[in-house]
Amino acid sequence: MTPPPGSLLAAQDLRKAYGPTVALDGAEFSVHPGEIVAVMGPSGSGKSTLLHCLAGIVPPDSGSITYNGREMAGMSDAERSLLRRTEFGFVFQFGQLVPELTCAENVALPLRLNGTSRKEAERTALSWMARLEVDDLAGKRPGEISGGQGQRVAVARALVTSPRVLFADEPTGALDSLNGERVMELLTEAARSTNAAVVLVTHEARVAAYSDREIVVRDGKSRDMERSV
Amino acid sequence: MSIGHTLLGLLESGPRHGYDLKRAFDEKFGHDRPLHYGQVYSTMSRLLKNGLVEVDGVETGGGPERKRYAITEAGITDVQRWLATPEKPEPYLQSTLYTKVVLALLTHRDAADILDTQRAEHLRMMRILTDRKRKGDLADQLICDHALFHLEADLRWLELTAARLGKLAEVVTK
Amino acid sequence: MKARQWWRDLAMGARFAFTGGREGWVRLLLTAVGVGLGVALLLLTTALPGALAARHDRENARADHTYNQEKKPKGDNTLVIADIDTPFRSKDVRGRVMEPEGARAPLPPGLERFPRPGEMMVSPALKTLLASDEGRLLRERLPYRIVGTIGENGLVGSHELAYYAGAEGLAAKISPPNVARIDSFGDPNLTPEKSDPVLILLMLVVFVVLLMPVGVFIAAAVRFGGERRDRRLAALRLVGSDGGMTRRIAAGEALAGAVLGLAFGTVFFLIGREAAGSAEVFGISVFPGYLNPSPGLALLVAVAVPAAAVLVTLFALRGVVIEPLGVVRTAKPARRRLWWRLLLPLGGLAMLYPMVGQGRTNGDFNEYLVVGGVLLLLVGVTALLPWVVEAVVARLNSGGVAWQLAVRRLQLSSGTAARMVNGIAVAVAGAIALQMLFSGVEADYTKQSRNDLSRAQMQVNLPDGVPIGAAARKFSAVQGVRKVTALSSGDLGDKRKDPAMSSELSVGDCAALRELATLPSCRDGDVFTLRGAEYDTDTPKLVKPGRTLYLAPSYGDERNAEVAWTVPGTLKQARSIKDPTGVMRGGILMTPRALPGRAAASVRGQVYLSLDQSVPDVREYVRNTAARVDLRADTMVWAASEQSRRFTSIRTGLFVGASCVLALIGASLLVSQLEQLRERKKLLSSLVAFGTRRRTLSLSVLWQTAIPIALGLVLASAVGLTLGAILLKMSGASVTVDWASVLTMTGIGAGVVLLVTVLSLPPLLRLMRPDGLRTE
Repeated sequence: MTPPPGSLLAAQDLRKAYGPTVALDGAEFSVHPGEIVAVMGPSGSGKSTLLHCLAGIVPPDSGSITYNGREMAGMSDAERSLLRRTEFGFVFQFGQLVPELTCAENVALPLRLNGTSRKEAERTALSWMARLEVDDLAGKRPGEISGGQGQRVAVARALVTSPRVLFADEPTGALDSLNGERVMELLTEAARSTNAAVVLVTHEARVAAYSDREIVVRDGKSRDMERSV
Repeated sequence: MSIGHTLLGLLESGPRHGYDLKRAFDEKFGHDRPLHYGQVYSTMSRLLKNGLVEVDGVETGGGPERKRYAITEAGITDVQRWLATPEKPEPYLQSTLYTKVVLALLTHRDAADILDTQRAEHLRMMRILTDRKRKGDLADQLICDHALFHLEADLRWLELTAARLGKLAEVVTK
Repeated sequence: MKARQWWRDLAMGARFAFTGGREGWVRLLLTAVGVGLGVALLLLTTALPGALAARHDRENARADHTYNQEKKPKGDNTLVIADIDTPFRSKDVRGRVMEPEGARAPLPPGLERFPRPGEMMVSPALKTLLASDEGRLLRERLPYRIVGTIGENGLVGSHELAYYAGAEGLAAKISPPNVARIDSFGDPNLTPEKSDPVLILLMLVVFVVLLMPVGVFIAAAVRFGGERRDRRLAALRLVGSDGGMTRRIAAGEALAGAVLGLAFGTVFFLIGREAAGSAEVFGISVFPGYLNPSPGLALLVAVAVPAAAVLVTLFALRGVVIEPLGVVRTAKPARRRLWWRLLLPLGGLAMLYPMVGQGRTNGDFNEYLVVGGVLLLLVGVTALLPWVVEAVVARLNSGGVAWQLAVRRLQLSSGTAARMVNGIAVAVAGAIALQMLFSGVEADYTKQSRNDLSRAQMQVNLPDGVPIGAAARKFSAVQGVRKVTALSSGDLGDKRKDPAMSSELSVGDCAALRELATLPSCRDGDVFTLRGAEYDTDTPKLVKPGRTLYLAPSYGDERNAEVAWTVPGTLKQARSIKDPTGVMRGGILMTPRALPGRAAASVRGQVYLSLDQSVPDVREYVRNTAARVDLRADTMVWAASEQSRRFTSIRTGLFVGASCVLALIGASLLVSQLEQLRERKKLLSSLVAFGTRRRTLSLSVLWQTAIPIALGLVLASAVGLTLGAILLKMSGASVTVDWASVLTMTGIGAGVVLLVTVLSLPPLLRLMRPDGLRTE
């Protein structure tokens, strides 16, 4: 089986087990450049594991993942880390901002990891924070801002490197619906403006409604709704 | 939705012609379905008969006859009573979807497939609403949200049913 | 009523300590192990004086006092004993050869019967050594059959090497101090050594310096996992407990940890006590039975440790407001003030200052002032360090990502960082001061020996009457011996008994004599007089051709050979030069043939050996040969200097203590490091997810410890040098900075940090695994 033509990131027949627990059992996935794909499914269905595999955080037990035509299984840990630093961006539910760093430093962090100078990195960070309407929080620490603001800072951080794929794992999980929607709006707007693909893991339909297409994961198997209809 | 009460409420801010009433209604509430003028006409004559409005004046000119309506005291009381009465929550006990699922189970068709297709359709609708919401004003957003929350509720039901299909099959095919 | 409420709160806290789930258990265990290690060390310290006393008592009970005794007649209660200690490699072997002279001869402690000639009883450690391959050379030296072991009451330590051997005909060889006739073991009228005030000063400082870090360590241990605890207390506030209650609950929790720690400490101590029996540190071993803490001090530890735990907890909660919805730390804690922190060390200096210069004059130190002053100075380190860390870290900025992560974290919680380092800083400051004091007074306690190491590296003293020529030939044959210089010495006087004028006599072949003097010419049979010696005024008057002198004259009751000798007419002159021991000899020199035959038995032989040090075990070969020549032959290895034994033992104590303390602190550093890492598990995983290199995170962990440690070491060096200087001034020695020791101590401190970082890396790498991203 080959990845669908034109796809940026695709996976075939992914299998992954944590001990006796099977998390993925032959999952398929593909996303095109600039496309927003929602990964839905009940808790424990394997959504997050799929995301971790796609992002190269966790190697699958078997199956293939191709990014931009390259097979990920053939990459070393260092190569996959490099990929994550330069091509991917991440937003998680919580626990992702470094509490000691200011918001601007947090946003600048991925650029700094790539070797950008501190000044340059923080300038870029500020422009992204402005796009997500949190530039006034630049000097504050994560402990001093609200959850919604923190999540927007996290989105700014995920996008600061202009990634080609943005991975978002329940990005609004800890927010109320108003804040959640604002975060989703800003996230999708920013992603579209940079033509980044988004892999959006969520169990909320209203969050998934921001996507172009959804994939349902159930018992470790995925179902691409568009292509099956 | 009670069109009569809505029109009465619009009249509370001052007397209007029938055509003004239709325009005001369409602007604020009629996103999906604009009123026919005939609908306004028939409603107003019913309200007139019940003494909730009165004719404030008639303009005759080039076009058709134009009556100006004003609300009566009884009309104001009626609007007040309508607003204060809570709407009856709608328990959708007779759902087409449920029927489809049960029928699928009884006929040994793939019920999960029905649910998934329905979910995709719901999400398609939600995407349209979300998109409209993003482009619209506050009124648009509130109306779309109302619809979105309802659709979301349906979706949650779909999820739950999907998770319980096995049990349901046992019960209905017994 | 109130008391009951208090009791209830404390009990509730204690229950929390035990029922906090897995996390709670880990926290409790960490606290308990921390406190336990501290308690064990404290108990050990309280037991140490007792242990040393016990060692001293044992030592005294078996003392045979072969010297400084009037001669005893042979009786049925006497024993002839020869003291033939011998070194083996770096260890000393206590050796005694005995011959009981009657049925009531005193039996040394630890023996059930006397060994018969050719038999010996050995200590268990010696038995093991002799049976091993390593002991092969020693076995040659002790050609006796092992017939038993020496009991514990005859030994001062579990690892002591000792033996008692049986012999015949020892009485003929009696010559104190090496061979003597005794009728009892142990010294009945024991005179305690008068303590040197400087030594007492050293001991006091050693104790303070070692115990301070333990205190700091215990204080740090009860704070393990404080953040989690604070969150729990906030939850308690939510369900309605007031501020006082939460404080009491926290106190109860700390108390539970401390009490469990006491129990752990007791167990650790007992284990350590047993282990002490099988361990030997710097040549000192003890029996477990020696290590009994004095009950009073042990009780003090049992009360003080929990009390301190509670106090520290309450003190730590001081700056924290626990609100129902979470813990509020004042967003920006008040800037640390400098003035009162400076007061502590200054106060310490003020207490020590009045005693400057008293070390050598009236030699009386006020113990309270000494302990108080040293304590204040060292406590000053712990008070100043947080300020220094805060002040410096606030100014640090630019740098890579790892550096930025570390610096920002330190800026936010410089107090935690400083607390972690405090122990090491105090230990290093104290150790530097002590090292300085040691090296400063070393000159006083170290006899600078004048031995010329380029000419000989070993000396063998032969007992009277042992033919030196034969002995010298035997030594020449030893593998690794390059050159043998055999010289005998004796004395001569103008009368047979109690001479008014006397001179010294050196006998050797021409080659040997040339080691002592420049000789015009030399043939066997020549006699020379020496000129140029120090303080030799009698010789020119005494040694005149034709005059009759007496070799080996008698003094007092002592009967010597009294051999008459006429000064020959042809007396050559020789100029004295430094002999191998660095002495300019005086008197007369004789070649072997010039010495009257009867006098041969009354000169003592010394053999100086030049060795090929590259031959392994060359010293042991020499010693074995010496033992074959005569058991009583005394071999000495020349070293550049010989240290006072007493001084060495204090220094040894310091090293033992410092290693324990640093190990302890390293453990505590590791524990808090791991705890910090565990609390950041989720964050670490997400950092790795977006591509942070493991190296970056590891480096940031290293910086996070290295920055405060570096600051701590700088401060510690400053305080240590100050304290060392003032202690030197107190003892009256000149102040010199021993940079080597400063570097060593700071190096050890830095090494501990590095070790801790390295040890915390595997858990760090494990925590960075993506599993941390999974929500439970």
